[in-house]
Amino acid sequence: MLEDYLPILIFLALAIGLAVVIMLATLVVARQNPDSDKLSAYECGFEAFEDTRRKFDVRFYLVAILFIIFDLEVAFLFPWAVALGDIGLAGFWSMMLFLGILTVGFIYEWKKGALEWE
Amino acid sequence: MIDGILSVAWIVTQIMLVVGPLLLGVAYATWAERKIIGAMQLRQGPMTVGPYGLLQPIADGAKLFLKETVIPSGANRGIFLLAPMITFVLSLIAWAVIPFDYGMVISDINVGVLYLFAVSSLGVYGIVMAGWASNSRYAFLGALRSSAQMISYEIAIGLIIIAVLISAGSLNLTEIVLAQSGNGFWYVFPHLPMAVVFMAAILAETNRHPFDLPEDEASLVTGYNVEYSSMAFALFFLGEYANMILMSGIFATLFLGGWLAPFEMAPFTWLPGPVWFILKICLVLFVFFWARATLPRYRYDQLMRLGWKVFLPFSLLWVVLTSGFMVAFDLLPA
Repeated sequence: MLEDYLPILIFLALAIGLAVVIMLATLVVARQNPDSDKLSAYECGFEAFEDTRRKFDVRFYLVAILFIIFDLEVAFLFPWAVALGDIGLAGFWSMMLFLGILTVGFIYEWKKGALEWE
Repeated sequence: MIDGILSVAWIVTQIMLVVGPLLLGVAYATWAERKIIGAMQLRQGPMTVGPYGLLQPIADGAKLFLKETVIPSGANRGIFLLAPMITFVLSLIAWAVIPFDYGMVISDINVGVLYLFAVSSLGVYGIVMAGWASNSRYAFLGALRSSAQMISYEIAIGLIIIAVLISAGSLNLTEIVLAQSGNGFWYVFPHLPMAVVFMAAILAETNRHPFDLPEDEASLVTGYNVEYSSMAFALFFLGEYANMILMSGIFATLFLGGWLAPFEMAPFTWLPGPVWFILKICLVLFVFFWARATLPRYRYDQLMRLGWKVFLPFSLLWVVLTSGFMVAFDLLPA
């Protein structure tokens, strides 16, 4: 069972190795000639006005929270979908109940305007 | 001991046999994209380097390789350099579980779909890290948009995969393909609406047209990778195209019957399985390029509306319908 994952581990090691080699090779081969103007942040020719890491729209945060709820729901659905043949009607209806509760929550956040981007 | 070394060497050979053609495929996917878009706009596309411009991707790669790696002075150097490597590595390792033919798969794990879902979810980290570490306004906004877009469409992708899983009754990709065998009973037919939604969702997930808001040239220059140059940029580029090919492969596996021939009879079975699989990947990739040549870009609020208010409820409804249908008619694979 666990030895099935050995190829994935080797694949991961090889891929990381390849990425590191590509990055290092170009640093060695290409001529590096930095100066302060070249290294300043690109802002269409202007000097950077202020630090980039400032306030941003809270809706991005809201999307991330909503994502966690629904991604967890998908995570619950994975084993259920595979086992549906074995767990019978009781298993089917308990998941429908769960999805029903979740749908009520979804309708609530829709009506609250959490999904609006105006 | 000898056995151990031999089996590791065999695994490494298999991985090389996947990664080598994949990177070559990525290079020629960029060539094919420029040719196809050129043809759709009555241009020729690249013609100068080599016959029919066939050496153009090699020339592009060599040029990027010889460029200076600029690391902006305000950037967090470590994260800045790590981000493209993460994107690149994740786009490669997902191929470990994709079956090219019966038994022709690097790692035949029993939770293959879950692995693919996990690896493609991690893809957002490369982009967020790039946008944050660059310390540049455009990169930051591009990364914010991109991550919100990717996580929004991931839910729809997850629910669509659930609908396929209910039909196949397994998380193993080989078994999902085998469940579609028998004269063209591919899941694209019973799950046609979901195949369409899945196609749109993978366009959004890979930040491609018409959902390429993160790179939106007109307002964000190129988005999260604006500060990158040289091979650091090339790794993002390779990662993006490798992801497109990967998503095409997932589409082919889940909906188009993987390596299966359309009909199990003479002229179709002459071609071996991997050739069918690659043909199907090319078909889906063509849709990627076709969309880029034809469709105008979405506005960001339209994009989020489509993801949350259309795709999410629709695919959730489809999961309920599929499971209800399978339970009611006792069709579930035991």
